[in-house]
Amino acid sequence: MSAVMITRKVRKWEKLPGKNTFCCDGRVMMARQKGVFYLTLFLIVGTCALFFAFECPYLAIHLSPTIPFFAALLFLFVIAMLLRTSFSDPGVLPRALPEEATFIEMEIEAANGNVPAGQRPPPRIRNVQINNQIVKLKYCYTCKIFRPPRASHCSICDNCVDRFDHHCPWVGNCVGKRNYRYFYLFTTSLSLLTIYIFTFDIVHVVMREYPDGLISRNRHVQRVLVCFFTLWSVVGLTGFHTYLISLNQTTNEDIKGSWSGKNRVQNPYSHKNIFKNCCEVLCGPTYPSVLDRRGLMQDDMPVSATPAAPSSSSLSSSNPVPQTTVRSHTRTHTHTEPLHTLPLKWIEAAKHRIAMTVSIGGQRGLLFSVIHVVIWMWSHLVAFLLIEQIDS
Amino acid sequence: MAETHSLQDLRQQPAVAAKVFLQRDYTHGTMCQFQTKFPSELETRIDKQQFEETVRTLNNLYTEAEKLGSQSLIEGCLACLTAYTVFLCMETHYEKVLKKIAKFIQEQNDKIYAPRGLLLTDPIERGLRVIEVTIFEDRSLTR
Repeated sequence: MSAVMITRKVRKWEKLPGKNTFCCDGRVMMARQKGVFYLTLFLIVGTCALFFAFECPYLAIHLSPTIPFFAALLFLFVIAMLLRTSFSDPGVLPRALPEEATFIEMEIEAANGNVPAGQRPPPRIRNVQINNQIVKLKYCYTCKIFRPPRASHCSICDNCVDRFDHHCPWVGNCVGKRNYRYFYLFTTSLSLLTIYIFTFDIVHVVMREYPDGLISRNRHVQRVLVCFFTLWSVVGLTGFHTYLISLNQTTNEDIKGSWSGKNRVQNPYSHKNIFKNCCEVLCGPTYPSVLDRRGLMQDDMPVSATPAAPSSSSLSSSNPVPQTTVRSHTRTHTHTEPLHTLPLKWIEAAKHRIAMTVSIGGQRGLLFSVIHVVIWMWSHLVAFLLIEQIDS
Repeated sequence: MAETHSLQDLRQQPAVAAKVFLQRDYTHGTMCQFQTKFPSELETRIDKQQFEETVRTLNNLYTEAEKLGSQSLIEGCLACLTAYTVFLCMETHYEKVLKKIAKFIQEQNDKIYAPRGLLLTDPIERGLRVIEVTIFEDRSLTR
Protein backbone atom coordinates (compact mmCIF):
# COMPACT_ATOMS: atom_id res chain seq x y z
CA MET A 1 0.00 0.00 0.00
CA SER A 2 2.60 2.56 0.95
CA ALA A 3 4.73 2.76 -2.17
CA VAL A 4 7.21 5.59 -2.10
CA MET A 5 7.35 7.46 -5.39
CA ILE A 6 10.65 8.82 -6.46
CA THR A 7 10.27 11.57 -9.01
CA ARG A 8 13.26 12.24 -11.12
CA LYS A 9 13.75 14.50 -14.07
CA VAL A 10 14.56 12.82 -17.36
CA ARG A 11 15.02 14.15 -20.84
CA LYS A 12 12.05 13.54 -23.10
CA TRP A 13 14.06 11.55 -25.65
CA GLU A 14 14.50 8.77 -23.09
CA LYS A 15 10.76 8.19 -23.07
CA LEU A 16 10.02 8.58 -26.76
CA PRO A 17 8.34 5.58 -28.37
CA GLY A 18 9.65 4.39 -31.70
CA LYS A 19 12.81 2.61 -32.75
CA ASN A 20 15.26 5.49 -32.96
CA THR A 21 18.58 5.70 -31.19
CA PHE A 22 19.75 8.93 -29.61
CA CYS A 23 23.23 10.21 -28.91
CA CYS A 24 24.79 13.21 -27.17
CA ASP A 25 21.94 13.43 -24.68
CA GLY A 26 19.25 13.68 -27.33
CA ARG A 27 21.00 16.03 -29.75
CA VAL A 28 21.56 13.29 -32.32
CA MET A 29 18.74 11.12 -33.63
CA MET A 30 19.22 8.14 -35.95
CA ALA A 31 17.67 4.85 -36.94
CA ARG A 32 18.62 1.69 -35.12
CA GLN A 33 20.60 0.05 -37.94
CA LYS A 34 23.65 2.20 -38.57
CA GLY A 35 25.92 -0.30 -40.33
CA VAL A 36 25.38 1.04 -43.85
CA PHE A 37 25.89 4.60 -42.61
CA TYR A 38 29.34 3.65 -41.33
CA LEU A 39 30.01 2.09 -44.73
CA THR A 40 29.02 5.34 -46.47
CA LEU A 41 31.35 7.30 -44.22
CA PHE A 42 34.13 4.81 -44.82
CA LEU A 43 33.71 4.93 -48.61
CA ILE A 44 33.71 8.71 -48.80
CA VAL A 45 36.51 9.29 -46.32
CA GLY A 46 38.55 6.37 -47.68
CA THR A 47 38.32 7.43 -51.33
CA CYS A 48 39.13 11.04 -50.49
CA ALA A 49 42.01 10.04 -48.26
CA LEU A 50 43.53 8.04 -51.11
CA PHE A 51 43.01 10.98 -53.46
CA PHE A 52 44.66 13.44 -51.09
CA ALA A 53 47.52 11.10 -50.23
CA PHE A 54 48.47 9.77 -53.66
CA GLU A 55 47.31 12.22 -56.26
CA CYS A 56 47.15 15.68 -54.74
CA PRO A 57 50.90 16.07 -54.18
CA TYR A 58 51.53 15.42 -57.88
CA LEU A 59 48.63 17.58 -59.05
CA ALA A 60 49.46 20.44 -56.68
CA ILE A 61 53.01 20.60 -58.00
CA HIS A 62 52.41 19.98 -61.68
CA LEU A 63 49.07 21.73 -62.13
CA SER A 64 47.86 23.99 -59.35
CA PRO A 65 47.57 24.00 -55.52
CA THR A 66 43.96 25.13 -55.81
CA ILE A 67 42.98 21.63 -56.93
CA PRO A 68 43.39 19.97 -53.51
CA PHE A 69 42.01 23.13 -51.88
CA PHE A 70 38.65 22.91 -53.68
CA ALA A 71 38.60 19.16 -53.21
CA ALA A 72 38.98 19.70 -49.47
CA LEU A 73 36.17 22.27 -49.43
CA LEU A 74 33.86 19.96 -51.33
CA PHE A 75 34.79 17.05 -49.08
CA LEU A 76 33.99 19.05 -45.94
CA PHE A 77 30.66 20.15 -47.39
CA VAL A 78 29.75 16.56 -48.28
CA ILE A 79 30.54 15.33 -44.78
CA ALA A 80 28.65 18.23 -43.20
CA MET A 81 25.55 17.49 -45.28
CA LEU A 82 25.78 13.75 -44.60
CA LEU A 83 26.02 14.28 -40.86
CA ARG A 84 23.24 16.85 -40.91
CA THR A 85 20.94 14.44 -42.77
CA SER A 86 21.83 11.51 -40.56
CA PHE A 87 21.69 13.20 -37.21
CA SER A 88 18.63 15.41 -37.51
CA ASP A 89 15.00 14.72 -36.82
CA PRO A 90 13.41 14.01 -40.23
CA GLY A 91 10.05 15.47 -39.14
CA VAL A 92 8.74 12.81 -36.80
CA LEU A 93 5.17 13.36 -35.64
CA PRO A 94 4.68 12.61 -31.97
CA ARG A 95 2.05 10.02 -31.13
CA ALA A 96 -1.31 11.12 -29.83
CA LEU A 97 -1.69 11.31 -26.07
CA PRO A 98 -4.53 9.18 -24.65
CA GLU A 99 -7.09 12.01 -24.51
CA GLU A 100 -6.48 13.01 -28.11
CA ALA A 101 -6.66 9.37 -29.23
CA THR A 102 -10.00 8.93 -27.43
CA PHE A 103 -11.35 12.16 -28.92
CA ILE A 104 -10.46 10.98 -32.43
CA GLU A 105 -12.02 7.55 -31.80
CA MET A 106 -15.23 9.20 -30.68
CA GLU A 107 -15.28 11.33 -33.83
CA ILE A 108 -14.75 8.24 -35.98
CA GLU A 109 -17.57 6.37 -34.26
CA ALA A 110 -19.87 9.33 -34.64
CA ALA A 111 -19.02 9.57 -38.34
CA ASN A 112 -19.52 5.84 -38.95
CA GLY A 113 -22.88 5.69 -37.27
CA ASN A 114 -24.23 2.36 -36.09
CA VAL A 115 -22.38 -0.59 -37.56
CA PRO A 116 -24.53 -3.74 -37.40
CA ALA A 117 -23.06 -6.46 -35.24
CA GLY A 118 -20.88 -8.89 -37.18
CA GLN A 119 -20.00 -6.40 -39.89
CA ARG A 120 -16.51 -4.96 -40.19
CA PRO A 121 -16.43 -1.22 -39.53
CA PRO A 122 -15.46 0.90 -42.55
CA PRO A 123 -11.76 1.77 -42.97
CA ARG A 124 -10.66 4.85 -41.08
CA ILE A 125 -10.22 7.45 -43.78
CA ARG A 126 -10.82 11.16 -43.68
CA ASN A 127 -11.37 13.06 -46.91
CA VAL A 128 -10.00 16.56 -47.12
CA GLN A 129 -10.01 18.99 -49.97
CA ILE A 130 -6.62 20.39 -50.82
CA ASN A 131 -6.40 22.96 -53.60
CA ASN A 132 -9.64 21.61 -55.09
CA GLN A 133 -8.54 17.99 -55.06
CA ILE A 134 -9.85 15.34 -52.70
CA VAL A 135 -7.06 13.71 -50.72
CA LYS A 136 -7.64 10.77 -48.39
CA LEU A 137 -5.98 10.91 -44.99
CA LYS A 138 -5.31 7.50 -43.51
CA TYR A 139 -5.50 6.64 -39.83
CA CYS A 140 -2.31 5.35 -38.24
CA TYR A 141 -3.11 2.58 -35.74
CA THR A 142 0.33 2.83 -34.15
CA CYS A 143 0.42 6.57 -33.61
CA LYS A 144 -3.37 6.87 -33.21
CA ILE A 145 -3.65 9.90 -35.44
CA PHE A 146 -4.96 10.69 -38.88
CA ARG A 147 -1.76 11.19 -40.81
CA PRO A 148 -1.37 14.68 -42.24
CA PRO A 149 -1.16 14.80 -46.04
CA ARG A 150 2.17 13.49 -47.36
CA ALA A 151 3.04 11.93 -44.02
CA SER A 152 3.75 8.22 -43.86
CA HIS A 153 4.63 5.71 -41.19
CA CYS A 154 8.15 4.34 -41.40
CA SER A 155 8.09 0.74 -40.25
CA ILE A 156 11.84 0.68 -39.69
CA CYS A 157 11.85 3.62 -37.29
CA ASP A 158 8.25 3.01 -36.15
CA ASN A 159 7.33 6.69 -36.46
CA CYS A 160 5.02 8.75 -38.62
CA VAL A 161 7.21 11.18 -40.55
CA ASP A 162 5.92 14.36 -42.15
CA ARG A 163 6.46 14.62 -45.92
CA PHE A 164 7.99 11.17 -45.79
CA ASP A 165 10.36 10.59 -48.71
CA HIS A 166 12.04 7.29 -47.92
CA HIS A 167 14.10 5.55 -45.29
CA CYS A 168 17.69 5.77 -46.42
CA PRO A 169 20.02 3.13 -44.98
CA TRP A 170 23.01 4.97 -46.47
CA VAL A 171 22.45 7.88 -44.11
CA GLY A 172 21.00 5.73 -41.35
CA ASN A 173 17.84 7.80 -41.00
CA CYS A 174 14.50 8.59 -42.60
CA VAL A 175 14.41 11.40 -45.14
CA GLY A 176 11.45 13.65 -44.50
CA LYS A 177 10.34 17.25 -44.38
CA ARG A 178 13.11 18.53 -42.14
CA ASN A 179 16.14 16.89 -43.69
CA TYR A 180 15.19 16.42 -47.34
CA ARG A 181 17.12 19.48 -48.52
CA TYR A 182 20.25 18.32 -46.65
CA PHE A 183 19.87 14.90 -48.25
CA TYR A 184 19.56 16.50 -51.70
CA LEU A 185 22.57 18.73 -51.07
CA PHE A 186 24.47 15.66 -49.88
CA THR A 187 23.79 13.69 -53.09
CA THR A 188 24.50 16.72 -55.28
CA SER A 189 27.76 17.63 -53.58
CA LEU A 190 28.80 13.98 -53.51
CA SER A 191 28.18 13.80 -57.27
CA LEU A 192 30.32 16.89 -57.75
CA LEU A 193 33.05 15.48 -55.52
CA THR A 194 33.04 12.14 -57.35
CA ILE A 195 33.16 13.89 -60.75
CA TYR A 196 35.99 16.11 -59.48
CA ILE A 197 38.05 13.16 -58.21
CA PHE A 198 37.26 11.12 -61.32
CA THR A 199 38.37 13.94 -63.63
CA PHE A 200 41.64 14.51 -61.82
CA ASP A 201 42.21 10.78 -61.61
CA ILE A 202 42.09 10.61 -65.40
CA VAL A 203 44.28 13.71 -65.72
CA HIS A 204 46.78 12.11 -63.40
CA VAL A 205 46.76 8.82 -65.30
CA VAL A 206 47.27 10.64 -68.59
CA MET A 207 49.96 12.99 -67.33
CA ARG A 208 52.05 10.68 -65.25
CA GLU A 209 54.74 8.38 -66.49
CA TYR A 210 54.98 5.09 -64.71
CA PRO A 211 58.53 3.99 -63.88
CA ASP A 212 57.12 0.79 -62.29
CA GLY A 213 55.56 -0.14 -65.57
CA LEU A 214 52.24 -1.88 -66.04
CA ILE A 215 51.47 -2.79 -62.40
CA SER A 216 50.96 0.68 -60.91
CA ARG A 217 49.25 1.87 -64.09
CA ASN A 218 46.72 -0.95 -63.76
CA ARG A 219 46.09 -0.03 -60.16
CA HIS A 220 45.37 3.50 -61.25
CA VAL A 221 43.02 2.38 -63.97
CA GLN A 222 41.28 0.22 -61.37
CA ARG A 223 40.63 3.29 -59.24
CA VAL A 224 39.34 5.20 -62.26
CA LEU A 225 36.90 2.40 -63.04
CA VAL A 226 35.70 2.29 -59.44
CA CYS A 227 35.10 6.05 -59.47
CA PHE A 228 33.25 5.71 -62.75
CA PHE A 229 30.74 3.19 -61.41
CA THR A 230 30.20 5.08 -58.15
CA LEU A 231 29.71 8.24 -60.17
CA TRP A 232 26.83 6.80 -62.18
CA SER A 233 25.02 5.60 -59.04
CA VAL A 234 25.27 8.89 -57.19
CA VAL A 235 24.66 11.10 -60.23
CA GLY A 236 21.67 8.93 -61.12
CA LEU A 237 20.23 9.34 -57.65
CA THR A 238 20.79 13.11 -57.76
CA GLY A 239 19.05 13.26 -61.14
CA PHE A 240 16.09 11.28 -59.79
CA HIS A 241 15.67 13.62 -56.82
CA THR A 242 16.03 16.70 -59.04
CA TYR A 243 13.15 15.30 -61.10
CA LEU A 244 11.09 14.76 -57.95
CA ILE A 245 11.80 18.24 -56.63
CA SER A 246 10.83 19.88 -59.91
CA LEU A 247 7.45 18.13 -59.67
CA ASN A 248 7.15 18.60 -55.88
CA GLN A 249 6.76 14.87 -55.29
CA THR A 250 8.24 12.55 -52.72
CA THR A 251 9.91 9.19 -53.47
CA ASN A 252 7.09 7.52 -51.52
CA GLU A 253 4.42 9.13 -53.73
CA ASP A 254 6.39 8.27 -56.88
CA ILE A 255 6.78 4.61 -55.92
CA LYS A 256 3.12 4.26 -55.00
CA GLY A 257 2.02 6.13 -58.12
CA SER A 258 -0.14 8.49 -56.07
CA TRP A 259 -0.32 11.23 -58.67
CA SER A 260 0.14 9.28 -61.91
CA GLY A 261 -2.51 7.71 -64.04
CA LYS A 262 -5.55 9.24 -65.67
CA ASN A 263 -8.15 8.45 -63.03
CA ARG A 264 -5.99 9.51 -60.15
CA VAL A 265 -5.88 12.84 -58.43
CA GLN A 266 -3.35 15.31 -59.84
CA ASN A 267 -0.62 16.42 -57.45
CA PRO A 268 -2.30 19.14 -55.37
CA TYR A 269 0.98 20.34 -53.86
CA SER A 270 2.72 21.21 -57.12
CA HIS A 271 2.80 24.89 -58.06
CA LYS A 272 2.80 23.82 -61.73
CA ASN A 273 6.01 25.80 -62.09
CA ILE A 274 9.40 24.10 -61.83
CA PHE A 275 11.12 27.14 -60.34
CA LYS A 276 8.46 27.60 -57.65
CA ASN A 277 8.56 23.90 -56.77
CA CYS A 278 12.33 23.97 -56.41
CA CYS A 279 12.14 27.13 -54.32
CA GLU A 280 9.60 25.63 -51.97
CA VAL A 281 11.57 22.45 -51.38
CA LEU A 282 15.09 23.85 -51.27
CA CYS A 283 14.64 27.42 -50.05
CA GLY A 284 11.62 26.99 -47.84
CA PRO A 285 11.57 27.76 -44.13
CA THR A 286 13.63 25.58 -41.79
CA TYR A 287 10.95 23.68 -39.94
CA PRO A 288 11.55 23.14 -36.24
CA SER A 289 11.51 19.74 -34.62
CA VAL A 290 8.26 19.16 -32.75
CA LEU A 291 9.75 16.38 -30.68
CA ASP A 292 11.49 18.47 -28.00
CA ARG A 293 14.01 15.71 -27.37
CA ARG A 294 15.99 17.61 -24.77
CA GLY A 295 13.06 18.92 -22.76
CA LEU A 296 12.76 17.72 -19.19
CA MET A 297 9.89 15.71 -17.85
CA GLN A 298 8.99 14.03 -14.59
CA ASP A 299 9.43 10.33 -14.38
CA ASP A 300 7.75 8.56 -11.48
CA MET A 301 9.49 5.50 -10.28
CA PRO A 302 7.74 3.57 -7.55
CA VAL A 303 10.16 2.22 -4.98
CA SER A 304 8.49 -0.56 -3.04
CA ALA A 305 8.56 -4.32 -2.44
CA THR A 306 5.79 -5.01 -4.99
CA PRO A 307 7.35 -4.91 -8.43
CA ALA A 308 4.17 -4.65 -10.53
CA ALA A 309 3.30 -0.98 -10.19
CA PRO A 310 3.27 0.50 -13.70
CA SER A 311 3.73 4.23 -13.69
CA SER A 312 2.05 6.12 -16.47
CA SER A 313 5.01 8.15 -17.63
CA SER A 314 7.57 5.37 -17.84
CA LEU A 315 7.88 2.31 -20.00
CA SER A 316 6.24 1.42 -23.18
CA SER A 317 7.49 -1.76 -24.70
CA SER A 318 9.24 -0.09 -27.57
CA ASN A 319 11.24 2.41 -25.51
CA PRO A 320 14.75 3.04 -26.67
CA VAL A 321 17.50 2.03 -24.28
CA PRO A 322 19.33 5.07 -22.83
CA GLN A 323 22.13 5.92 -25.12
CA THR A 324 25.10 5.62 -22.81
CA THR A 325 25.01 1.86 -22.95
CA VAL A 326 24.03 1.21 -26.54
CA ARG A 327 26.54 0.47 -29.16
CA SER A 328 24.60 -0.93 -32.12
CA HIS A 329 25.90 -3.74 -34.27
CA THR A 330 27.87 -2.57 -37.22
CA ARG A 331 27.83 -4.86 -40.16
CA THR A 332 31.49 -4.87 -40.97
CA HIS A 333 32.07 -6.71 -44.17
CA THR A 334 35.71 -5.72 -44.25
CA HIS A 335 38.89 -6.97 -42.63
CA THR A 336 37.45 -9.16 -39.90
CA GLU A 337 35.90 -11.79 -42.18
CA PRO A 338 37.53 -14.12 -44.67
CA LEU A 339 37.04 -12.66 -48.12
CA HIS A 340 35.59 -15.77 -49.72
CA THR A 341 32.47 -15.62 -47.48
CA LEU A 342 31.71 -12.04 -48.49
CA PRO A 343 29.73 -12.81 -51.69
CA LEU A 344 27.38 -15.13 -49.75
CA LYS A 345 26.79 -12.50 -47.10
CA TRP A 346 26.13 -9.90 -49.77
CA ILE A 347 23.55 -12.13 -51.46
CA GLU A 348 21.74 -12.75 -48.18
CA ALA A 349 21.77 -9.08 -47.28
CA ALA A 350 20.67 -8.16 -50.81
CA LYS A 351 17.68 -10.54 -50.56
CA HIS A 352 16.71 -9.01 -47.23
CA ARG A 353 17.07 -5.53 -48.69
CA ILE A 354 14.84 -6.33 -51.68
CA ALA A 355 12.20 -7.88 -49.41
CA MET A 356 12.23 -4.80 -47.18
CA THR A 357 11.96 -2.29 -50.02
CA VAL A 358 9.26 -4.26 -51.84
CA SER A 359 7.21 -4.56 -48.68
CA ILE A 360 7.31 -0.80 -48.32
CA GLY A 361 6.94 0.19 -51.97
CA GLY A 362 4.85 -2.50 -53.57
CA GLN A 363 5.34 -3.59 -57.15
CA ARG A 364 6.96 -0.43 -58.42
CA GLY A 365 9.26 -0.70 -55.48
CA LEU A 366 10.72 -3.83 -57.05
CA LEU A 367 12.43 -1.83 -59.79
CA PHE A 368 13.53 0.73 -57.25
CA SER A 369 14.90 -1.96 -54.99
CA VAL A 370 16.79 -3.65 -57.84
CA ILE A 371 18.50 -0.34 -58.64
CA HIS A 372 19.11 0.16 -54.94
CA VAL A 373 20.72 -3.28 -54.60
CA VAL A 374 22.86 -2.79 -57.69
CA ILE A 375 24.17 0.50 -56.31
CA TRP A 376 24.73 -1.17 -52.99
CA MET A 377 26.66 -4.08 -54.56
CA TRP A 378 28.82 -1.68 -56.54
CA SER A 379 29.69 0.15 -53.38
CA HIS A 380 30.72 -3.11 -51.76
CA LEU A 381 32.87 -3.75 -54.82
CA VAL A 382 34.41 -0.31 -54.37
CA ALA A 383 35.18 -1.06 -50.74
CA PHE A 384 36.59 -4.44 -51.68
CA LEU A 385 38.87 -2.99 -54.34
CA LEU A 386 40.02 -0.13 -52.15
CA ILE A 387 40.97 -2.53 -49.39
CA GLU A 388 42.82 -4.70 -51.85
CA GLN A 389 44.78 -1.63 -52.91
CA ILE A 390 45.67 -0.75 -49.36
CA ASP A 391 46.71 -4.31 -48.60
CA SER A 392 48.75 -4.91 -51.75
CA MET B 1 3.31 21.21 -17.92
CA ALA B 2 5.15 20.07 -14.79
CA GLU B 3 2.95 18.25 -12.34
CA THR B 4 4.01 17.74 -8.78
CA HIS B 5 2.71 15.02 -6.58
CA SER B 6 2.19 17.07 -3.43
CA LEU B 7 -1.30 16.38 -2.13
CA GLN B 8 -1.93 20.04 -1.41
CA ASP B 9 -1.33 20.99 -5.01
CA LEU B 10 -3.62 18.23 -6.25
CA ARG B 11 -6.41 19.61 -4.15
CA GLN B 12 -5.91 23.15 -5.41
CA GLN B 13 -5.62 22.19 -9.10
CA PRO B 14 -9.08 22.22 -10.67
CA ALA B 15 -10.33 18.97 -12.14
CA VAL B 16 -10.41 18.58 -15.89
CA ALA B 17 -13.92 18.20 -17.20
CA ALA B 18 -13.15 17.67 -20.88
CA LYS B 19 -10.66 18.38 -23.62
CA VAL B 20 -11.46 19.67 -27.06
CA PHE B 21 -9.08 19.30 -29.97
CA LEU B 22 -9.09 21.69 -32.91
CA GLN B 23 -7.80 19.94 -35.99
CA ARG B 24 -5.64 21.24 -38.78
CA ASP B 25 -7.12 22.87 -41.83
CA TYR B 26 -5.57 21.46 -45.02
CA THR B 27 -7.63 23.25 -47.64
CA HIS B 28 -4.69 25.40 -48.71
CA GLY B 29 -2.07 22.68 -48.60
CA THR B 30 0.30 21.45 -45.96
CA MET B 31 0.86 24.87 -44.38
CA CYS B 32 0.19 24.98 -40.68
CA GLN B 33 -3.36 26.30 -40.30
CA PHE B 34 -6.05 25.36 -37.82
CA GLN B 35 -9.79 25.08 -38.34
CA THR B 36 -11.65 28.08 -37.03
CA LYS B 37 -14.87 26.12 -36.53
CA PHE B 38 -16.20 26.86 -33.05
CA PRO B 39 -16.52 23.65 -30.98
CA SER B 40 -19.92 23.15 -29.37
CA GLU B 41 -18.42 22.22 -25.99
CA LEU B 42 -17.16 25.78 -25.55
CA GLU B 43 -20.49 27.47 -26.24
CA THR B 44 -21.26 27.97 -22.58
CA ARG B 45 -17.81 29.20 -21.67
CA ILE B 46 -16.59 31.70 -24.20
CA ASP B 47 -17.78 34.05 -26.88
CA LYS B 48 -17.55 32.61 -30.39
CA GLN B 49 -16.03 35.78 -31.87
CA GLN B 50 -13.35 35.91 -29.23
CA PHE B 51 -12.33 32.33 -29.79
CA GLU B 52 -12.28 32.59 -33.58
CA GLU B 53 -10.20 35.76 -33.26
CA THR B 54 -7.61 33.83 -31.21
CA VAL B 55 -7.43 31.01 -33.75
CA ARG B 56 -7.27 33.45 -36.65
CA THR B 57 -4.36 35.31 -35.04
CA LEU B 58 -2.58 32.00 -34.49
CA ASN B 59 -3.11 31.08 -38.13
CA ASN B 60 -1.67 34.42 -39.21
CA LEU B 61 1.36 33.89 -37.01
CA TYR B 62 1.99 30.46 -38.51
CA THR B 63 1.62 31.90 -42.02
CA GLU B 64 4.24 34.47 -41.11
CA ALA B 65 6.57 31.72 -39.89
CA GLU B 66 6.25 29.67 -43.08
CA LYS B 67 6.23 32.57 -45.52
CA LEU B 68 8.41 32.05 -48.61
CA GLY B 69 9.68 35.59 -48.65
CA SER B 70 12.98 37.28 -49.37
CA GLN B 71 14.02 36.90 -45.74
CA SER B 72 13.67 33.14 -45.72
CA LEU B 73 15.45 32.96 -49.10
CA ILE B 74 18.43 35.00 -47.85
CA GLU B 75 18.52 32.98 -44.65
CA GLY B 76 18.46 29.74 -46.65
CA CYS B 77 21.24 30.80 -49.04
CA LEU B 78 23.46 32.09 -46.25
CA ALA B 79 22.95 28.90 -44.29
CA CYS B 80 23.72 26.74 -47.33
CA LEU B 81 26.96 28.59 -48.04
CA THR B 82 28.12 28.05 -44.48
CA ALA B 83 27.05 24.37 -44.59
CA TYR B 84 24.30 25.21 -42.08
CA THR B 85 26.81 25.90 -39.32
CA VAL B 86 25.36 29.39 -38.99
CA PHE B 87 22.38 27.89 -37.15
CA LEU B 88 24.66 27.01 -34.28
CA CYS B 89 24.75 30.70 -33.34
CA MET B 90 21.64 32.08 -34.99
CA GLU B 91 17.98 31.37 -34.47
CA THR B 92 15.89 30.55 -37.52
CA HIS B 93 13.02 32.79 -38.51
CA TYR B 94 10.55 30.00 -37.70
CA GLU B 95 11.92 29.64 -34.18
CA LYS B 96 11.59 33.38 -33.59
CA VAL B 97 7.95 33.29 -34.62
CA LEU B 98 7.36 30.21 -32.46
CA LYS B 99 8.54 32.22 -29.47
CA LYS B 100 6.08 34.96 -30.43
CA ILE B 101 3.33 32.36 -30.63
CA ALA B 102 4.20 30.97 -27.21
CA LYS B 103 4.03 34.46 -25.72
CA PHE B 104 0.72 35.15 -27.46
CA ILE B 105 -0.84 31.95 -26.11
CA GLN B 106 0.43 32.70 -22.62
CA GLU B 107 -1.11 36.17 -22.85
CA GLN B 108 -4.42 34.85 -24.10
CA ASN B 109 -4.52 32.24 -21.36
CA ASP B 110 -3.83 34.81 -18.64
CA LYS B 111 -6.24 37.45 -19.88
CA ILE B 112 -9.12 35.58 -21.47
CA TYR B 113 -9.13 31.82 -21.01
CA ALA B 114 -8.01 31.24 -17.44
CA PRO B 115 -10.78 33.46 -15.97
CA ARG B 116 -13.28 31.30 -17.88
CA GLY B 117 -11.83 27.99 -16.70
CA LEU B 118 -10.17 27.14 -20.01
CA LEU B 119 -6.58 26.48 -21.00
CA LEU B 120 -5.06 26.63 -24.45
CA THR B 121 -2.10 24.35 -25.08
CA ASP B 122 0.56 25.53 -27.49
CA PRO B 123 0.19 23.38 -30.64
CA ILE B 124 3.96 22.79 -30.77
CA GLU B 125 3.57 20.56 -27.72
CA ARG B 126 1.18 18.38 -29.69
CA GLY B 127 3.34 18.15 -32.80
CA LEU B 128 1.56 21.07 -34.55
CA ARG B 129 -1.38 18.72 -35.09
CA VAL B 130 -4.07 20.12 -32.83
CA ILE B 131 -4.91 23.03 -30.57
CA GLU B 132 -5.87 21.41 -27.29
CA VAL B 133 -8.39 23.30 -25.18
CA THR B 134 -8.73 21.99 -21.64
CA ILE B 135 -12.07 22.69 -19.98
CA PHE B 136 -11.91 22.77 -16.21
CA GLU B 137 -14.84 22.01 -13.96
CA ASP B 138 -17.07 24.91 -13.03
CA ARG B 139 -16.78 24.53 -9.26
CA SER B 140 -13.18 25.71 -9.29
CA LEU B 141 -14.20 29.12 -10.54
CA THR B 142 -15.62 30.47 -7.26
CA ARG B 143 -14.06 33.91 -6.74
